[in-house]
Amino acid sequence: MRGLNKKPDREWIKQRLMLASLCIVMVFAMLLLRLVYLQLIKGEEYRRLSETNCVRLKSIKSSRGVIYDRNQMLLVDNRPAFDLNIVLEDAHPVEETVERLAALIDVSKQELMESIRKEGDAAFYKPVTLKRDISRDQLAIVEAHKFDLPGIHIDIEPTRHYIHEKTAAHLLGYLGEINRNELESDRYPNVRSGDSIGRYGIEKSFEPFLQGKRGGRQVEVDVNGRVIKVLKTVEPVSGNDLHLALDLELQKAAEQLLLGNDGAVVAIDPSNGDVLVMASTPSFDQNDFIGGISNKKWKALMADPGKPMTNKAIQAEYPPASTYKVLTAMAALEERVIDRRTTSFCPGYYTFGKRRYQCWNKHGHGEINVVDAIAQSCDVFFYQAGEKTGVDALAQYATGSGFGRSTQIKLDHERRGLIPTSSWKKKRYKEAWQAGETLSISIGQGFNLVTPLQMAVFIAAVGNGGTLYRPRIVTSIEESNGNIVKSVEPEIIGGLPASKETLALLQKGLLKVVHGERGTARRIQVKGVNIAGKTGTAQVFSRKAGEKFDNEKLIRTLRDHAWFVCYAPAEAPTIAISVIIEHGEHGSSTAAPIASALIQKYLKLEPPVEPTVEPPMEPALGTSVETQ
Amino acid sequence: MFDRRLIENFDWGFLIVILLICSAGLVILYSAVSAGYDGQGVHYLFKKQGMWMGAGFTIMMASLVIDFRELDKLNLLIYTICVGLLVAIYLFGQVGGGSRRWLVIGFVRMQPSELMKIALVISLASVYSTSACQEGLGFRNLIKPAILCLIPFGLIVNQPDLGTGLLLLLIAGSITVFVKVEKKVFFTLTALGLSIVPLVWFVGLKAYQKDRILTFLDPDRDPLGAGYHIIQSKIAIGSGMLTGKGFLKGTQNALSFLPEQHTDFILSVLAEEWGLAGCSLLLILYFILLFWGLNIAYSCRNMFGSILAFGITAMIFWQIFINVGMVMGLMPVVGVPLPLVSYGGSSVVTNMVGFGILLNISMRKFTTN
Repeated sequence: MRGLNKKPDREWIKQRLMLASLCIVMVFAMLLLRLVYLQLIKGEEYRRLSETNCVRLKSIKSSRGVIYDRNQMLLVDNRPAFDLNIVLEDAHPVEETVERLAALIDVSKQELMESIRKEGDAAFYKPVTLKRDISRDQLAIVEAHKFDLPGIHIDIEPTRHYIHEKTAAHLLGYLGEINRNELESDRYPNVRSGDSIGRYGIEKSFEPFLQGKRGGRQVEVDVNGRVIKVLKTVEPVSGNDLHLALDLELQKAAEQLLLGNDGAVVAIDPSNGDVLVMASTPSFDQNDFIGGISNKKWKALMADPGKPMTNKAIQAEYPPASTYKVLTAMAALEERVIDRRTTSFCPGYYTFGKRRYQCWNKHGHGEINVVDAIAQSCDVFFYQAGEKTGVDALAQYATGSGFGRSTQIKLDHERRGLIPTSSWKKKRYKEAWQAGETLSISIGQGFNLVTPLQMAVFIAAVGNGGTLYRPRIVTSIEESNGNIVKSVEPEIIGGLPASKETLALLQKGLLKVVHGERGTARRIQVKGVNIAGKTGTAQVFSRKAGEKFDNEKLIRTLRDHAWFVCYAPAEAPTIAISVIIEHGEHGSSTAAPIASALIQKYLKLEPPVEPTVEPPMEPALGTSVETQ
Repeated sequence: MFDRRLIENFDWGFLIVILLICSAGLVILYSAVSAGYDGQGVHYLFKKQGMWMGAGFTIMMASLVIDFRELDKLNLLIYTICVGLLVAIYLFGQVGGGSRRWLVIGFVRMQPSELMKIALVISLASVYSTSACQEGLGFRNLIKPAILCLIPFGLIVNQPDLGTGLLLLLIAGSITVFVKVEKKVFFTLTALGLSIVPLVWFVGLKAYQKDRILTFLDPDRDPLGAGYHIIQSKIAIGSGMLTGKGFLKGTQNALSFLPEQHTDFILSVLAEEWGLAGCSLLLILYFILLFWGLNIAYSCRNMFGSILAFGITAMIFWQIFINVGMVMGLMPVVGVPLPLVSYGGSSVVTNMVGFGILLNISMRKFTTN
């Protein structure tokens, strides 16, 4: 360093300290002056303000964004609710006032006192909510007696209102009061204790947009707590509105058609992934959740064997059954183990090793090619095609087609389904893959599990020429004045691993399912539109050959699930539908008519022509039979 | 080792000032807690604070046995332990009031950020005692202090506890200015600081963070939160007028209008009940305390001791200035306690340790390097 540096000496330190002292003197002089200003000059005024204790805070709740369907029909809005609040400081004597109030509105005093106690250390000047959402009658009584009820206020708070009860409840979701942990986390900066946040569905996924920003005012009040002057106001900011891809009318129709059954319907627009319908039954009333669902109602929902709180469109996993044959055909064609001319001979069963695998049609389909095998859902053809393709190749095509993984829909709790591979089985069961199991999965039984939404995305892609879209539930997010905050564009998340030729063959087979002479869903034909689809009957309960069951007499929960997936118009699809009816037995008889009715409604066609001849029904299969 | 000269040199006057402030603090705290809490709570918080003061006093007196120059040798160890505690918060810290700043060791809940202030003062005193010169420090001399300062600053601001973080910078800045920097260094750093602010503002911060800082600077922006507290605090102070409403007679206080009346806003309780007279008395006690501290810095013959004494005094000064300024609506609302008066164990013990160091230096002021 420089040699010139002089080490500090006492004189130098004294100089520096003098400077510091000067700073202290100045600061203390300033503080003292401020004290004199506040306590002497403004003292009188502050004394008066302190004696009346008259500055109060009033919170102004913001209103949550509303939700529209694709045709600007309102699905969810806010209605005014009347909340009964108390300011303890103004309500002297508190016990007496509360007792009088309780008698007037006919609720127990304990209940009201409990609300006060729950707030615990809340300051006296802050309003405490005694009772939310009181009735009009109670409101009238309280208003009439307001001079006997010091410190009691009625505040109008915007409250969530689901206009169409139970409609699209799973998709829209519901609200719940924020809890302590969430409040202490940094995730909800604008939410206060007692506020509600989205707990499920769109309400939860789009919480940051829907939630507004709370406002409030500082007010001066008189001795009875009535506002005499507003000092400062912070206006609340409303949440953003959501515009959904959902078609309300179609959704209602789907729910009507599902009524009485447990199941799900998903309809999407194959040209952009728009979710037109997402119905799941049984449903629940979201309005019950406002202000906290009652214990009794919650227990009843939880105990219901139909699982009303589960969105079966994305949260329930089912064996895909024969609908999966479309994928098996795709994989076999792409792997070139079959081509459009390859035929199998179906005598009604297929012998593999020492086992005999049945075809649903025990009379057999005879010599059959891929297109007809799809149309007639021949099991034997797909046993052979799947066997030649192999489990791991099948899994690769399945994963490429969106199975076994998230569809990336913006909803929580989506299940991924299951696409088995030989290494998966080794890891899971410590056992080697059995060749016979490949036959089972080729016809969609065995380990495979899919969700109705995955099935809808897949069949839409088959129909639109191979594009996998991300299911779009919200198309745009707007401010209440119409300014667009965010516009959600269709998003391509992949393509089916199939050539144009392969897709053309699949499409031809699917068309023949409905319009072919021997198609399994012939009876849902509709005048004016070509529907391409595939039936499926998913086995729930495995039965041995030779055992005969009269399905009608079977316990309901052991009956098969019914599937139908389709798109229409076949030439240029504008809607793709996936329907599952739990324990609905036959895809062709219970699931397919729902899809057909929805297509007619969506495309605005005339009612269906009832076919006169019943086509043969395809029961579930996939269990093997030991040969002697 | 402990010779008689040390006892003869003991700074009784300074001790008396400290004890006077402690007593005043307990009286005010009694008012503050008897209003906001039910009967059980009053005695609990009051006793607890008394225990903390006793503990702090014991630590303060016990520490006198060790020569303060030992701190010079141990400075890096002390610094490292404190930074270690700050890091430990991230691993096992407790969340309170939206930030993670508490550490629980056995039955003691402590805020390591409080102790960090002392550790930083010691480290800076150690570094500057060798590098200080009458011409002022150059850039190269400031590299090490900057590092020493920025590590704990980053950790504390991340908790997030912006108030304590800034307090740390203010203390470090005061010490650095006290030992003098070259003019060009001073201006360059000032210019650098001014140019970084807009950069961080427009690039580094999210909207809600900006909002929080703006409110911090101007509580009136948030009339429902900080702004409301300030209004209530000003009403409490002003209504005290010249002589106050009397002990336990404060009405603002009694109604729990004030959010943190026993911690950060405790001065408003004093002002309401004891008026301008009571407040001036406390401010005068603080004023004497600070000048005594500077005098210790002056009379010490050891450079490390002088800078250390100055640093501790600066630490006390900034706490008083920020807290009193905030309560009277002159400063942003930050969680800085009033020394020896606000409720809080970590703060009491830290300040007592600081005073212990000052007493220590005062006793050994004739020892040179």
